[in-house]
Amino acid sequence: MTVIIGLEIHCQLNTKTKLFCGCSTDYRDDGPNTHVCPICLGLPGTLPVTNKQAVLYALKVAKALHCEVPAFSEFARKNYFYPDLPKAFQITQYDKPLAVGGYIEIEAESGGEKRVQLTRIHMEEDPGRLVHKGSGDRGRYTLVDYNRSGVPLIEIVTEPELSSPKEARRFLNKLRATLEYLGIYDPEREGSLRVDANISIKGYERVEVKNITSYKGVEKALTFEITRQKGMIRRNAPIVRETRHYQEARGVTTSARSKEEEHDYRYFPEPDLAPLEVSSWVPEIVLPELPDARRDRFMQQYGISQNHARTLTGDLKLAEFFEEVASDMPEIAAPWTADILLGELNYRDMPVTKVPVPHYIALLLEVKKGSVTDTSAVEILRLILNQVIEEEKPEMPGEIIVRLGLSKEGGDSIVDTVASVLKEHEAAVADHRAGKAGAINFLVGQVMKATRGRADPKEIAKIITDLLKD
Amino acid sequence: MVSKEDVAHIATIADIGVDESELELFTSQFNTILDYFDVLDSVPVGGDAAPLRSNVFRNDEVVPSLPHDDVLMNATDPEDGFIRAPRVI
Amino acid sequence: MGSQYSFDHPDPHNAFITICHEAEYGEGPLSGIPVAVKDNISTAGIETTCGSNILKGYIPPYDAHVITLLRSAGAAIVGKTNMDEFGMGTTTETSAFGPTLNPADTTRAPGGSSGGSAAAVASGMVHMALGTDTGGSIRCPASFCGIVGLKPTYGRVSRYGLIAYANSMEQIGPLAGNVRDCALLYSVIAGHDPRDGTSLDLPAPAPLKPEIAGKRIGVPAEFFGEGVDPTVASVVQSGIDRLEGLGAEIISCSMPSMQYALAAYYVTSMSEASSNLGRYDGVRFGMAPDFVRLWHDAYSHIRKTGFGEEVRRRILLGSFALSAGYKGKYYAKAQAARQMVRNDFARLFETVDMLAGPTMPCVALPLGETSNPLSMYLADILTVPANLAGVPALSVPCGTAHTLPVGLQLIGKHGAEDEILSAALAFEEGSA
Repeated sequence: MTVIIGLEIHCQLNTKTKLFCGCSTDYRDDGPNTHVCPICLGLPGTLPVTNKQAVLYALKVAKALHCEVPAFSEFARKNYFYPDLPKAFQITQYDKPLAVGGYIEIEAESGGEKRVQLTRIHMEEDPGRLVHKGSGDRGRYTLVDYNRSGVPLIEIVTEPELSSPKEARRFLNKLRATLEYLGIYDPEREGSLRVDANISIKGYERVEVKNITSYKGVEKALTFEITRQKGMIRRNAPIVRETRHYQEARGVTTSARSKEEEHDYRYFPEPDLAPLEVSSWVPEIVLPELPDARRDRFMQQYGISQNHARTLTGDLKLAEFFEEVASDMPEIAAPWTADILLGELNYRDMPVTKVPVPHYIALLLEVKKGSVTDTSAVEILRLILNQVIEEEKPEMPGEIIVRLGLSKEGGDSIVDTVASVLKEHEAAVADHRAGKAGAINFLVGQVMKATRGRADPKEIAKIITDLLKD
Repeated sequence: MVSKEDVAHIATIADIGVDESELELFTSQFNTILDYFDVLDSVPVGGDAAPLRSNVFRNDEVVPSLPHDDVLMNATDPEDGFIRAPRVI
Repeated sequence: MGSQYSFDHPDPHNAFITICHEAEYGEGPLSGIPVAVKDNISTAGIETTCGSNILKGYIPPYDAHVITLLRSAGAAIVGKTNMDEFGMGTTTETSAFGPTLNPADTTRAPGGSSGGSAAAVASGMVHMALGTDTGGSIRCPASFCGIVGLKPTYGRVSRYGLIAYANSMEQIGPLAGNVRDCALLYSVIAGHDPRDGTSLDLPAPAPLKPEIAGKRIGVPAEFFGEGVDPTVASVVQSGIDRLEGLGAEIISCSMPSMQYALAAYYVTSMSEASSNLGRYDGVRFGMAPDFVRLWHDAYSHIRKTGFGEEVRRRILLGSFALSAGYKGKYYAKAQAARQMVRNDFARLFETVDMLAGPTMPCVALPLGETSNPLSMYLADILTVPANLAGVPALSVPCGTAHTLPVGLQLIGKHGAEDEILSAALAFEEGSA
């Protein structure tokens, strides 16, 4: 059963003001309805005027994603009723979008690069935010905060070319990184990237899943929906063309009621806004170095693997961090940052920008000198990260090594330790001599235990082999 | 020709209540008016007209928002700074 | 600032919805002049209803751009005038505040939709008033009440704060007892406003002087076509003869797109209106909805009780004209027809300076003569072409038919208000 996935991604542009009025978009710390004016409240008699910066940002994305910008595009009204929509229409773009075509290259499921084609990019305004109150049929009501009303969005629509939730995640990671590199959106802002997905099994009806509010939820939502559809097919149950909502908390999709689907948006060109003729602006737009280019540069400049380079450039802040710490030890900085640090940060839900750079560089230098084992270095890293989280002044790795006595055991003392361990575990030594695989690992483990991790396992294995040769 | 059902459907889409008794009247009036609009059937469909003007923009500069009291002034029963709306669930 | 104008007139014609008995005014070209404002223009702190129950009690928190201009010109804003609900009518009888009476004959309607503004001027309560014209709503009542009214070029006057009926066609404009007052008020409100993306940046209006000699005036045969009252036609024809007598050159011409103009106008205006009027749901302003109902039910109910029949009819027809399966037949064809009207004007204005004809095909109608909606729409046939094309047009009194006022319509080139006002002034003075 072939899976076909298409995505629609809404991204809030981080302009200072809203798309059609001068209200500030920076309302995060303020109360409801404090960043609204007659225009974004949709009061009678108000008129929209387009924010030029928003158009420039959208064009920047279009150029970065290799889209074509038609000579002529226009805004249109999408008419429907919902309390978060103050004018009862959303100003969006319909049959004349800002940009068409384009693509994003991702790592294919089968390995190698895969080019995912885009259908279009268009601009639109965000609706307000609803809060549901009360309970029971007679007690329920809705409260509306229009602070978000009118925040500029771009909607990026892909062709139905993704073949698995994993590919969808890779696509979104790549897109998110690109948008971040372009500096046109704020990844820290809640709901700044929102995804709707069209999912079908080849030969069956297509289902739209809405309300995937975190891009992290996409893989889960898609996996659930694909499993559901495959189950329906196996049971010979019909898959109906419908809209389903993703319930983030429960990780399931549920059918939207049919009444909500009864839409006829009656699109027509927004008469209050002049059309856009901005294709001539595109050549003037200067793009920053984007993730793919930076990945290739990292491989060349630092001599690191493609996997490490891809991981390190997958997030702008991480890439910037790596460049700060890599300097003359990229061969250590790359695996440490991509394989170890990133895992520790994810575990703590901590942004890379919080990592104290001097401490991290000092740690890498200790590793490079060979003064601590990898195991100890990880312990030191965890300690430093925990100190940052606890808002304590982090200790320098050198101090920690001394305080905890983590200096790597080596030379004679380690040979002595190995010798005594071998004496204690004669049975394992015999097994090893008999050629039993696994015995050596047991012995290494015992030595590590005896040194409390301060020895290098590879070195121990070598000493064991040497000692048992005699 | 539009039917009573067509008019009722449009009323649903436009969120305009129409009584059963009005439905009959609206339907017959619509048919008279739409008959007149049929003159447009003979209009040749041309390409898009060239826009009269394009590229009207404002700069990305913050303008003070409305005072909060003015935002809520015309709303019924606001609560904690929010505006009250009919229920959606 | 700070002077008070006491406005304490009886309003026997029901010209006003709201009267401001004490109006502040300042220095400027309109210092101390009482000006009435149509009730679809947003006035901070003054109830603005559009003649509709759904907006009863709505106090805008902001001024329309024209109100800011009036205030800085020193005008005293003395009240908000009656109108067809949301501008949808040709008689001012669809107002939720009762009909306005025509001062020229109180058994008749003043025309619409700016009937209150026209009656306020014609009755002498004010010298000048603001109206709005989407398909003739300034020129029709000016014609029926025997005063002067100008619909400016689309984009000449900011629409910021004008409560939308049909955005792509409407303009705010002046009504006054004579051409000079009309031009004075026009000169105050014309100008560029960055808050209106369709606003034009044109040179300031020129000082007014009577000027008609040598002008080439086109008279399209279609302006005297079927449906025009023969008495009205002959009064207007003699007006055109007077223009010729004043030195104008009269040129017969033809405007074939007239056969589509009315349908194109109504399809476009209803479509735009159906979208513009979606926001009247009672949530942020106006009549309160029943919060306990689900939103579709609550909205349907409030929009049924809050809007009058004509408004609901136009919203429904406009929604239909844009709906899936019908948009191509109605909305798209109307836009193509609209382009034909524009092309016709462009072609005619290559050889003539302005067009002339009757403003309305008839005289003011008796009050309460409720005919079917289509026959009311048909009365707009001569005024809608200027709105479709965005060109300026005015109505100036040119005599009477059946003892009621008749208006002569002059339609100018894009941006040529000065030219038609100068011609109207020459006509007014020459025929005085």
